[in-house]
Amino acid sequence: MSATVSIPTILRTHTGGEKQVKADGSTLQEVIADLDANHPGIKDRLVTDGALHRFVNVYVNDEDVRFAGGLDAQVPDGGTVTILPAVAGGR
Amino acid sequence: MLVIRADLVEEIVAHARRDHPREACGQLLGPEESDRPERYVPMTNADDAEARGSDYRFDSREQFAVHKQALENDEEPVVVFHSHTRVPRRPLTDSGRPEAYPSVKDIEYMGLQPGVHFAIVALTGPDAEPDLRSFLLGPDGEVVEDEIQVVENYMFSHTGAGDVPPVAALAPDVPDRS
Repeated sequence: MSATVSIPTILRTHTGGEKQVKADGSTLQEVIADLDANHPGIKDRLVTDGALHRFVNVYVNDEDVRFAGGLDAQVPDGGTVTILPAVAGGR
Repeated sequence: MLVIRADLVEEIVAHARRDHPREACGQLLGPEESDRPERYVPMTNADDAEARGSDYRFDSREQFAVHKQALENDEEPVVVFHSHTRVPRRPLTDSGRPEAYPSVKDIEYMGLQPGVHFAIVALTGPDAEPDLRSFLLGPDGEVVEDEIQVVENYMFSHTGAGDVPPVAALAPDVPDRS
C-alpha cells in the first residue's frame, strides 16, 4: 500500500528538501514507520508517547486523522497523507 | 520588515474587535515566495469555547481546506495573525494590559513555520486603540520584531526580492515611497 506524503517546510530537512515523498503502509502508524526508515528522525517529529504530536496535523485523503483513528487511521493504496504544522498560541 | 496593505490591517483589527474577548486568529495569504500578503482569511479559534481570551488554535480541518485552496492558487501563508486580549501570562511590561509581543507558547509554534510572519494585535477592549506588531524567527532561531510598513497599495513599494524594480528605474520623477 503506497501513499504520497506531503511534507511541510519544517520537516523537509529530513527528506533532503523534498516536499512530497512516497511511503508504504496500510495504517498511518505503518506509513510513519516507513517514512522514518527512509528519512531517519522524522518519526520523532510526528509521534510522541505513542500519539501524534500536538505540533502536527495529519490528514489522510483530506480527513484529519484525529477524527479517523489517529495512528490507526487506514491509509488506502494510492492515498495521500498531508502533514501540516499546527497553528496555536495564546497570551 | 512586513509590508502590508492598509485594508488588510483594517480587516485584521476589525476581526480582533469582533471576537473580543476571544483571541481572534487568521492568516494572510499571498503568492508563493512573494512575502506579500494579498488576502486575509479569518480562522475559527478552536481553542476557546468559553471565550476566556487566553489561547487560540486554528481549527485543523479549516486549516486543511485553506491549505488546499492556497495550493490551487499558488499561494502560501505569509502572515499568521492573532489577537491578545488579556494580560500576558508572563508580562514584558507593567502596564497591566494585553501586550502585542509573542508569548512563550506563541514562540513555540512560530518555530514550526520559519519564514512566516506572526502578527499580533493587543486589544484591551473591543473599541480600544489596537497595538499591532509583527515578528519573524531570525536565522539563528531568535525572535525578531518586524518593522511594519503599511501601504495604500503595493505599487512603488519594494516587497519582494527582484519582484518590483526600484521606483527610480521606472520613473525618475516619481517620489520613492519604498
